Amino acid sequence: MDVAEVLLPGVGVRYEFVTEAGDRLRIVARRDGSVDVLGGGGDPDAAATLFTLTAQEADTVAELLGAPRIAERLADLTREIPGLEAGQVTVGDRSPYAGRTLGDTRARTRTGASIVAIVRGRDVVAAPAPNQPLYAGDVLVVIGTSDGVAAVADLVRG
Amino acid sequence: MHTSTALLIELGVVLAALSVLAGLARRVGLSPVPLYLLAGLCLGPGGIAPVPAAGGFVQTGAALGVVLLLLALGLEFTAAEFADSARRHLPSAGVDLALNAAPGLVLGWVAGAGLTATLALAGITWISSSGIAARLLGDLDRLGNRETPAVLSVLVLEDVAVAVYLPLLAVLAAGGSWWHAAAAAATAAGALILAFTASYRFGGGLARVVHSTDPEQLLLRVFGLTLLVAGLAELVNASAAVGAFLFGLALTGQVADRTRRVIAPLRDLFATVFFFGIGLSVDPSDIVPVLPVALAVAAVGTATKMATGWFAAARDGAGTWARLRAGSALIARGEFSLVIASLPASVTHPRLGPFTAAFVIVAAIAGPVIARLVDVVEARARVR
Repeated sequence: MDVAEVLLPGVGVRYEFVTEAGDRLRIVARRDGSVDVLGGGGDPDAAATLFTLTAQEADTVAELLGAPRIAERLADLTREIPGLEAGQVTVGDRSPYAGRTLGDTRARTRTGASIVAIVRGRDVVAAPAPNQPLYAGDVLVVIGTSDGVAAVADLVRG
Repeated sequence: MHTSTALLIELGVVLAALSVLAGLARRVGLSPVPLYLLAGLCLGPGGIAPVPAAGGFVQTGAALGVVLLLLALGLEFTAAEFADSARRHLPSAGVDLALNAAPGLVLGWVAGAGLTATLALAGITWISSSGIAARLLGDLDRLGNRETPAVLSVLVLEDVAVAVYLPLLAVLAAGGSWWHAAAAAATAAGALILAFTASYRFGGGLARVVHSTDPEQLLLRVFGLTLLVAGLAELVNASAAVGAFLFGLALTGQVADRTRRVIAPLRDLFATVFFFGIGLSVDPSDIVPVLPVALAVAAVGTATKMATGWFAAARDGAGTWARLRAGSALIARGEFSLVIASLPASVTHPRLGPFTAAFVIVAAIAGPVIARLVDVVEARARVR
């Protein structure tokens, strides 16, 4: 899929692409973090705002679409190996490891499960090193046995 | 400390009145700037209800308003956006300059206004109001349109060009010679490049000096340093506005974002005082003789901006209606024209102030009205 990126000086960035159904979708990411989602009518030169998201709402949508999809794709992968499961665990506000490093959790030693990625907002840290810091709100993508994944969840959820 | 009750009461009444006017303007989809100017005209010497006690504050506040307007503009800038605009729309900016400076140049030449005033007039008719245009694009839901990047690019390039143009004019207005003015413009261009590269390469340096998690600290540091830079720029006749703009330019990233938020209310207040102050400094009886000329120039200036928008949008492959929309978004003149006119009138031309006030009032009202009209006419045409 070809996503065109257009700078809107002073406003932000506009992304646009044509969906498989033939609709033109435009997203204006403003400087302040808010996002306009626009749809084209008949005029290829114009697009009307369908809805506007605040920065927080946009983050929520990104999370909805982002993290589960990564976990889903991993789930497809792990289906190949019996007994292996992928799960995602959110680092809670009161997690004892929020603000500490991944190594501090000693998750691999204690649960046998591996943390293979950290989803932080729009960024994904793939194969994080032990010195990678964890923050409240991070989503950890965990691979292991179902017990192992649950144990990691107990560990970092807080 | 002695506080003048007259000052407090007059200022309170003025600001309250301006807020009512701004509310009215927003309700009908206009920019409040022309109404601030009109209010200033009504309350100045020779107006219906003069406010002598507030005069001193307004004068100081207006100077701060210019500095804050330009600082905010500089903060909006990113090197990437400028580079992108220059890469795609440099010819549009050239057309913009050639077409829109022409009415001012011709007027100055016909009126025999002298070199400095003619150059000032060229700037006054050339530069669109970024503030009004940006607002208009949001209000009319045009951010998703094909012509919008072209419009914004032209505005960005105009803003940068102003940083070179203003020192040139400021030195001439201060009685400097041509080579002196050219040197000032060259210096400004150099400072511009320096500020750009500095923000691009070592943006962290200045940011670290200014940065503070405490909003109060941040405000004091940024505002203090801006005034310092602006004052030094003024000292070498390079115009305080340009100094403030360059300082804003050099701040980037998160610090710029935070600074923008901290500075915004201050900018809104003092920019309003600036627009009001321009109106205040003009005697309404001076407006009447220049009004026909201002109307004529505004009409020509509207046509030239429409042509500019047509050209710029066409470069991005936009259709007829999109090209008309682009032109209509550029019509409004505002803050820059007024900044130019606020240079000492004694050395430019006594009629420059009244003319600019009248011209901006007409152009700043016509811009949003015509932009809406284009949308309405297009909708009708499409229904048929």
